[in-house]
Amino acid sequence: MKRPITRLAARFTRHSPPCPFTNRQVGRAQAIHKKSRRAPLVRSLCGAALKILSLLLAVTIISFGLVTASPTDPVGQYILGLGTAVSPEQRAEIADYWGVGQPPAERYIAWLSQLFQGNLGESAIFRRPVAEVIGQRFANSLALMLCAWILAGITGLALGCVMGMYQGRLPDRLLKKLCYFLSSVPAFWLGLVLLLVFAVWLKWFPIGFSAPLGMLGQEVTLWQKLYHLVLPGFTLSLTSFANIALHTRQKLVNVLNSEYALFARARGEGPLTLLFRHGLRNILLPALTLQFASFGELFGGSVLAENVFSYPGLGSAVSAAGLQGDVPLLLGITLFSALFVCVGNGIANLLYGVIDPQIWEVGK
Amino acid sequence: MEPKKEALLEIQNLSVSFRMYAQGLGQRDLQTISQLYLTLYPGEVLAIAGSSGSGKSLLAAAVLGILPPNATVQGRMRYKGQPLTPSLQNRLRGTELALVPQSVAYLDPLMRVGAQADGHYRPRLTEKRKKLFQRLQLPAETERLYPFQLSGGMARRVLVSTALVTDAQLIIADEPTPGMSLEQALEALGMFRELADKGKSVILITHDIDLAFAFADRIAVFYAGTTLETALPADFIAGPEALRHPYSKALWRALPQNGFQPAPGFQPYGDSLPKGCLYAPRCPYKTQRCEKQAPPVTQLRGGEVRCYYGS
Repeated sequence: MKRPITRLAARFTRHSPPCPFTNRQVGRAQAIHKKSRRAPLVRSLCGAALKILSLLLAVTIISFGLVTASPTDPVGQYILGLGTAVSPEQRAEIADYWGVGQPPAERYIAWLSQLFQGNLGESAIFRRPVAEVIGQRFANSLALMLCAWILAGITGLALGCVMGMYQGRLPDRLLKKLCYFLSSVPAFWLGLVLLLVFAVWLKWFPIGFSAPLGMLGQEVTLWQKLYHLVLPGFTLSLTSFANIALHTRQKLVNVLNSEYALFARARGEGPLTLLFRHGLRNILLPALTLQFASFGELFGGSVLAENVFSYPGLGSAVSAAGLQGDVPLLLGITLFSALFVCVGNGIANLLYGVIDPQIWEVGK
Repeated sequence: MEPKKEALLEIQNLSVSFRMYAQGLGQRDLQTISQLYLTLYPGEVLAIAGSSGSGKSLLAAAVLGILPPNATVQGRMRYKGQPLTPSLQNRLRGTELALVPQSVAYLDPLMRVGAQADGHYRPRLTEKRKKLFQRLQLPAETERLYPFQLSGGMARRVLVSTALVTDAQLIIADEPTPGMSLEQALEALGMFRELADKGKSVILITHDIDLAFAFADRIAVFYAGTTLETALPADFIAGPEALRHPYSKALWRALPQNGFQPAPGFQPYGDSLPKGCLYAPRCPYKTQRCEKQAPPVTQLRGGEVRCYYGS
């Protein structure tokens, strides 16, 4: 049961292209810009919003179709969740209320119209509105992902710079092997190993959850929250940081082998001056873009990391919803994650136009 | 050229080769500069003329010590009488040695050209650079532009300014004038001349032989990575009789204003250099001696020539 659901989640969350700075993308960003010289930002924002909307519509169709085709029985799961005996007549009434037996297209349109009114339905396992569950779970996930995102971004950039500067020499070769290792290791396995070492053997960190057990939500301090964040955040960042480091390294190698770096050396710039005067300037743009485009991987990774660490975020909610046939929650989270990844990719795309002088100076 | 002066830069028997990977695992050496001799005196503009691929730009990189890691340098280079070691090159780059590179690709695409021309040394040379921009007829707002916004001629002038803003003793200008208007080229070269008259030295690598005649004190003729002749501009103006090497004579005849006659044959490539004189395969006067051993540098009528039969 678990496999198709994780695959489904992966399909909607791993939406980012593998490499965010292909020529095509740059070309597209430039083309978008050329078309909209007068108000580049406003127009590209509108364009991005339109794209996101159409993509979300496609996601609703596909995910609704998949859920319809799947053998889950939402009515049965709903009744199971009620915990009381339900007579066959009552069951038929509930099934009728939910539109069982109607053509899928009609049900889809009914669902979509509710969706547009802001009604995501009620979660069968949490017995609360889906929007509320997503909001609360997302707050937890956001803390986790933000930690991992910043940690991975900073260490990835720093290590990438070190590797690029020692290109071909020992530090570069060692770090490169480490990065290859980390990027090929699955997040859940790494999470288990870290859990085993740091939580079970060394007992430095808690083995799971976002707060100490048996405590009321209001009593949990910020420090305790952070303490519970360390291991899952670290796990999540380890898997995406290798990618960032390797990309940064390659970009810095390109910069340092460029003609302008050669000329800078001819003018007496040492390795460090070269890095700070020309290196960072030229790798920052692709690095930032990569950062924002990594939202998809981050979300996909958080599903695994949250499950390993029993962390009550969106990722563990989506697998719970899938396993227990909570269709409204599953669809709600699918839509929300698609939106989340889209926004990340959209920001990455916009950043090109906003911070690359080679694009915005033309518009002046 | 006054022989009593101490040379600023003395290059003897310089060879630069690159280790290349051939097909499979084999390696071969590509000799791009062979047994090159060059002497530069203070207050002198030395023009280096030669066809593409004759190693002119690599000579600049060798003097500055910015050759790629797979390059091997042999021979002797002395700067102000001291051996030009990598650590000395390190100290001199950007202070006493300056390079004017070939194209806009040598400018950081994401940095405003004003900040780039100022250089990284502190205190920043902004005031001096502003005056230079003005002299080079670059509009005041140029400093706020990014390299991709410059025209070809503007880019060259910005590149020229990067060298002039320093107090370099030796400026190596690698084709600084293409893309400039005649007036701008004259202004830029005039500034080099002015610096030389103040006691500095300029190596002017150029295809534009006519401009070189007007500003250079001597002209070195490059061929397949070596100097075949060093002549005075007057010799080039006087014609083939005044020139010393058969290649220089052929080069003179190949100039548009002198009949535009090409010499038969091709410049040899670095992996298949002839054993003796590098020009021997194309030379109408060659003998067995030329094919066995390269001729030494000989002084002749105020210039230098590498030919057994130099006239």
